[in-house]
Amino acid sequence: MHEEVPGLPLYAAAAKVYPQSAHGVYRRIKWILLVVTLCIYYLLPFVRWNRGPSEPAQAVLVDLTHRKFYFFFIEIWPQEVYYLTGLLILAALSLFLMNALAGRVWCGYLCPQTIWTDLFLATERWTEGDRRERMLKDTGPWTIARVKEKTLKHFIWLMIAWWTGGAWVNYFTDAPTLVHDLAMFQAPVVAYVWIGILTFTTYVLAGFMREQVCLFMCPWPRIQAALTDENALNVMYRYDRGEPRTSFKKSAALRVKGEHPGDCIDCGQCIAVCPTGVDIRDGSCLGCIQCGLCIDACDTVMKKIGRQPRLIAYDTDVNVARRLSGKANVYKPIRSRTILYAVLIAGVGLVMLSALAERKNMSVSVMHDRNPMFVRTADGSIRNAWTIHIANRASNSRQFMIKTESFDAAHVEAIGVSSAADGWPVVEVGPDQIREVRVLVTVHAAHLPSKQSLRFEIVDLESGEKASATDNFVAP
Amino acid sequence: MSAEKRPEIDALTGTATTGHDWDGIKELNTPLPRWWLITFYACIVWAIGYWIAYPAWPLVTGFTKGVFHWNSRASVSDDLKELTAMRATMNEKLAAASLAEIERAPELLSFARAEGGAAFAINCVPCHGAGGQGSKGYPNLNADRWLWGGTLEAIQTTIAHGVRWDADRDTHTSLMPSFGHDSLLNGPDMSDVADYVRSLSGNTPEEGADLAAGQSIFIQNCAPCHGEDGRGNIELGAPNLRTQVWLYGGSKADIMDRIQNGGGGVMPAWASRLDPTTIKALAVFVHSLGGGK
Repeated sequence: MHEEVPGLPLYAAAAKVYPQSAHGVYRRIKWILLVVTLCIYYLLPFVRWNRGPSEPAQAVLVDLTHRKFYFFFIEIWPQEVYYLTGLLILAALSLFLMNALAGRVWCGYLCPQTIWTDLFLATERWTEGDRRERMLKDTGPWTIARVKEKTLKHFIWLMIAWWTGGAWVNYFTDAPTLVHDLAMFQAPVVAYVWIGILTFTTYVLAGFMREQVCLFMCPWPRIQAALTDENALNVMYRYDRGEPRTSFKKSAALRVKGEHPGDCIDCGQCIAVCPTGVDIRDGSCLGCIQCGLCIDACDTVMKKIGRQPRLIAYDTDVNVARRLSGKANVYKPIRSRTILYAVLIAGVGLVMLSALAERKNMSVSVMHDRNPMFVRTADGSIRNAWTIHIANRASNSRQFMIKTESFDAAHVEAIGVSSAADGWPVVEVGPDQIREVRVLVTVHAAHLPSKQSLRFEIVDLESGEKASATDNFVAP
Repeated sequence: MSAEKRPEIDALTGTATTGHDWDGIKELNTPLPRWWLITFYACIVWAIGYWIAYPAWPLVTGFTKGVFHWNSRASVSDDLKELTAMRATMNEKLAAASLAEIERAPELLSFARAEGGAAFAINCVPCHGAGGQGSKGYPNLNADRWLWGGTLEAIQTTIAHGVRWDADRDTHTSLMPSFGHDSLLNGPDMSDVADYVRSLSGNTPEEGADLAAGQSIFIQNCAPCHGEDGRGNIELGAPNLRTQVWLYGGSKADIMDRIQNGGGGVMPAWASRLDPTTIKALAVFVHSLGGGK
């Protein structure tokens, strides 16, 4: 433990960031995306999708009770959770591609933390005023007006947070029914608990922690720093144009003298609007979520003082260096990195699409008895046993015939199954169900095969649809 | 330390240093974030609460019990109670259904197989093996040769009352005499009859074997239990000798050994240890291993 140094505080309070409102093209893009994404989040559970009478009619539904996931025309069972893995891989690769093209656009425009923080900030501005007003009020005395404003702000925040939690639980059960039950206080306790949890996290993360989530909790800034390169578009202060910074008055005087001062007049607007409180002029940093609000703020100032906009802009390191050495800008969106990501995305996407297209609404998996591997029966035949799982994903009950191929003289029977077709056992599997059947295959010693591979085939008696699985027949 | 010692301020960052110097490298004294410190103190408070609430401190002869008197054994027994309650409906159905009904209903069958499998693993595996494959003297339950019957009911009876289990009045009893010890047969006779028995299941007899003599000895001495054709008698637990499945081995030496020494295996009557539903589940499980009749 090091020595206590006098005069130094034990802890450092996080400096509160008071982002100022910005106006401009990026702010508009952010508003549009905010409305679109929030609408998707809040309204998606209410979109209906007809799957037949026995199936849920919700387009997007995580049915934990029946362990199914419904996404429009796709229905995923637990055994097919690799689709989810595929989706996560796609999401990661898309993030990489986005990053290679335009830096942390995800963070600045689409990240839920950004969206909800933006919404909360808008509420704050509406109730308490913009940056200067808020700063003034927070250092000033408590007045009745201030208490009223704060109360209103927290009330609206909590309403938004509560609504956020309410939308979340709708993804896990039939949304209209749940909304009705929630209102009548008849919904399951777990629904209220989850609404509570999400209300709390939304309120705390978007209302209080804000940029600290990006700085301390989120792993992406660290990963992103290792993935970005000099060709990626990043929000950048064009120091080649801005430096040296000179106040507006001085720069006017310098210009009269025929000198060329930088375009930055050090007005600090870019810092004032920044939701994470960084100074973009210090260069790209972990705290910068690249939302482009500083671009809007700077453009507003540049317009006012009659200078060219985009002193701060989406730019690449390569171009800054090129301009400094007198060369023209280039932008290379197509480079080995982006091609690789695009190819990987296309590859994974194609694999998933083909898997989805080839998917049948029935499947079979077989598991050989491990102990004993084979049994000699009284007449000297050799018998192997399997546990077979037959999945019926159709919404009606179906009859499946269990056949084996490869052996001629094999006798196949299934425990507890008496019906048969052409000598093969037939099992009935209910709608949307998996049935486990114990199947015994007996081969007379005289007919023991030289080739030991055995193929099980299940055939839907009605439609003739087939699925198969292969295993080995074990003999002494 | 003296109050007049001022912290050294790093010129570049404006932050105080710790005053330590490692080959010219100095450490900035960066204060902890407040939220971090609050979390840290909250953890300490939590830990103290935990000490009080739960068993935590080892003492000389015991340990602190905690205000809730929580312990892992009670927790397990609670879980077990919950599990029993959860299975109650299925167990009731299992108790009510007949053995044949259980095998016909897929849901009941898989429940009975699971429950029977668990009971088998605890009670039967030491003798019959993990897969019910048995070993010398302990029947293979996967094979289709049964000493006391392979129907669901017969298996249930055997499990419930055991074999040669004297404490149970309804136990299966029978005795293979020890033809050698009791001087019922002499050596050459035993050899002849062993050759004959081996030939019943299709084995080529040894050179010089007198099968006719063996047959006549068999008819006189063995047929009362094993039948004239050697197909055995389930009522008496006399094995079918015309199969490829041998409980004590199928070599001539093995068969001679049985004729010489006689006797038979013992199985406990499980009715005294397991409840009827579990025995039912066990019967279904064993029957479904594949050899059931």
